[in-house]
Amino acid sequence: MPLDRSDVFLRFDNVKKSYDQKTLVVKDFSLDVAEGEFLTLLGPSGSGKSTVLMMLAGFESVTSGDISISGKSITRTAPYKRNIGMVFQNYALFPHMTIAENLAYPLQVRKMTRSDIQDRVGEYLNLVELHGFRGRYPGQLSGGQRQRVALARALIFEPSLILMDEPLGALDKKLREQMQYEITRLHEKLGFTVVYVTHDQTEALSMSTRIAVFNDGVVQQCAPPAELYEKPSNAFVADFIGENNFVNGHVDTIADGMAKITLPEGGTITAVAAHGLAANTRCRISVRPEKLYMQDDRGAHDNQVSVRHVTHYYVGDFIRYYFKLQGGGDINIKFLNDSAAPDLKEGDIASLVWFAKDCIAFPA
Amino acid sequence: MTDIPLTAADRRSARSELGRRRMTAFLFVAPLLLFLLFTFAAPIGTMLVRGFYHPTVSTLIPDSLKALKAWDRTGLPPAETQAIFAADLKRLADERLSGKMAEELNRVVPGSSSLVKSTARKIARAEDSEIAASGAALLAAADEKWTDPEVWRGIITSGNTFTADYFLTAMDLERSPAGGIMPRDGARIYVDLFIKTLKMALIITIATLILGYPLAHYLATAPAKTANLLMVFVLLPFWTSLLVRTTAWIALLQTNGVVNSFLMGAGITRSPFEMLYTEFSTIVAMTHILLPFMILPLYSVMKGIDPSYMRAALSMGARPLPAFFRVYLPMTLPGLSAGALLVFIISVGYYITPALVGGTKGQMISNIIAFHMQQSNNWELAAALGTMLLVVILLLYWVYDRFVGAGNIKFG
Ligand SMILES: Nc1ncnc2c1ncn2[C@@H]1O[C@H](COP(=O)(O)OP(=O)(O)O)[C@@H](O)[C@H]1O
Ligand SMILES: [Mg+2]
Repeated sequence: MPLDRSDVFLRFDNVKKSYDQKTLVVKDFSLDVAEGEFLTLLGPSGSGKSTVLMMLAGFESVTSGDISISGKSITRTAPYKRNIGMVFQNYALFPHMTIAENLAYPLQVRKMTRSDIQDRVGEYLNLVELHGFRGRYPGQLSGGQRQRVALARALIFEPSLILMDEPLGALDKKLREQMQYEITRLHEKLGFTVVYVTHDQTEALSMSTRIAVFNDGVVQQCAPPAELYEKPSNAFVADFIGENNFVNGHVDTIADGMAKITLPEGGTITAVAAHGLAANTRCRISVRPEKLYMQDDRGAHDNQVSVRHVTHYYVGDFIRYYFKLQGGGDINIKFLNDSAAPDLKEGDIASLVWFAKDCIAFPA
Repeated sequence: MTDIPLTAADRRSARSELGRRRMTAFLFVAPLLLFLLFTFAAPIGTMLVRGFYHPTVSTLIPDSLKALKAWDRTGLPPAETQAIFAADLKRLADERLSGKMAEELNRVVPGSSSLVKSTARKIARAEDSEIAASGAALLAAADEKWTDPEVWRGIITSGNTFTADYFLTAMDLERSPAGGIMPRDGARIYVDLFIKTLKMALIITIATLILGYPLAHYLATAPAKTANLLMVFVLLPFWTSLLVRTTAWIALLQTNGVVNSFLMGAGITRSPFEMLYTEFSTIVAMTHILLPFMILPLYSVMKGIDPSYMRAALSMGARPLPAFFRVYLPMTLPGLSAGALLVFIISVGYYITPALVGGTKGQMISNIIAFHMQQSNNWELAAALGTMLLVVILLLYWVYDRFVGAGNIKFG
């Protein structure tokens, strides 16, 4: 989804980064972000996400390329002149200052008057619901509370851009979900632009307006969450986002964006043809476990394969079945735990069906 | 969680388990405790006592002192009392201990050394019966100073088993004839030396701080390989003998030494600087020797400070220097105070380096203490000075704890 030139707020233009003058950690990174967006950089650990964020904040130099905000290059601007708020994974709250002093610090730096600082600190403590904690030290707060203080401190000087590097990584699952909600709420309320870094896809999918999937120093795909999930543009994204089954096949024909494919065991199926797929080549077909059904519960379908049951696991809200295709290859499905779950034994033969629009064929 | 009451048997078994653990713990530390008792606690205790406790005279003339107790200290002591003293003096002369008595009395009544010695010599020739009968007259005949009540009062003073005199001396004070306390005649020696020692220790502490702080910061943030290599250089002084390092400074700083040759060769100066045997040489050499004590605690604290703190401050718009003073420096305080305290306390009591490169001008208090122990043989004064040094250090620590908080210190 390329942006109009006039909408662009933050722009990475062919940014490259090398730490050791030998290998590029970030290769040719280009990305446009609109004002008010919640953009997430999602990628496996070590893919260079933090490096991109550090270059944006000014703590790492840019090896080549340009970063600009509102059309003005900031590549050579000192970090303290960039007016970018930042939330760190370890929160980086100053341990020797109280919560109120921590919040007041960016305002003091900006030479605001004492009474203005007082008012603003109170306002932001209310915003993150920590009014009773102004005199405490960071060491006396819980993880979630520290996180909220860190958030308030990054927002209090009203920067136009907020950066967060895995800010919820240190929290447990419950608290993490709560904070996800909190951050989204503040984003909607205050309308700042966010560049958010995480390796947790659930977090990325539930919070972002757009996600840039990052791997090997390159953006693989940048799209809104639903599009990323439903229409991954390559096999890496299809595999990285959510769960997927991958099955090998041979492309016979392509027509109207749909590919006819022969499976190793002989059957034919129809799948959406991904960009770059050519007829008469080998391909990898992806189909998500929750889009597969057993023959008897859906009448209408486009594709059908016969499979042998291997095992199944009770997960709680669903049951996961593992099957083997006749031509080799594994496939698993998620079956909602609603009492209609079939009772299969090892070696039983079942029939799986799905719609052509729910599976994508990528070039192998 | 609610407390579930233990049964009596449970409680007993828990208590005996606890007792066993305490016993084992005690056995583990017992050897060290014993060692410390004999090598640390006992010697320091002896030193503390020695500054006050002075039994010499009371063992030399016990009978005279007992008799003098009854005297009202006005006029002269009764003739019988004087006779007892004369008898004591004869015994001392026989046992060749009159010199010791003379020395002790001389410390209280200046100029009485020859009085005691010559009188003892004369008295030694008299018969015991004659002394018992007319001891007072014999004394007066030997020297008319014995008719001065001041001398007799001096004998009582010198016979005190416990005395604060050495502490008075250590503080450049003395007793006035009227019994009060007044500054001693002549130059102040010990107080000035204490002040000079503290001043030099302060300069050394500041110098190690200025040199060590940036280096410790660099070590803590540099890549592991560079940091490890540099750490070897920091620790290198620990692996070479103190004596070798100190003599190296002599070679560098002496009149025809490396530094002067260089300065003269480069045309910076025509005549050599006097650097060795000055305060300057002591400070330079000790700064070098004590630098690791500053760097190591600083390094260990800085190592634990994530770079994100400074980054957070910069991202909020603080310039690097103000951010350093407001954010980084306070976070390094535990290491800084540990290092400063360590260097300061070690330098206040340092001995070898000032003795070798300091000469007379670069001397510190411990050199004078050593002098009194080894050369002037005045162990009591040495003990008093040592006690005062200990008190000064404890006082400084107390002040530090009051204002900074000792709980803040982090040695590693
Ligand atoms: N300061 C640095 N010096 C050298 N290499 C670094 C530095 N920071 C990160 N790297 C390397 O760059 C790569 C990307 O790191 P990073 O940006 O932290 O990835 P991510 O945040 O996606 O996990 C990693 O291989 C990492 O080892
Ligand atoms: Mg990272």
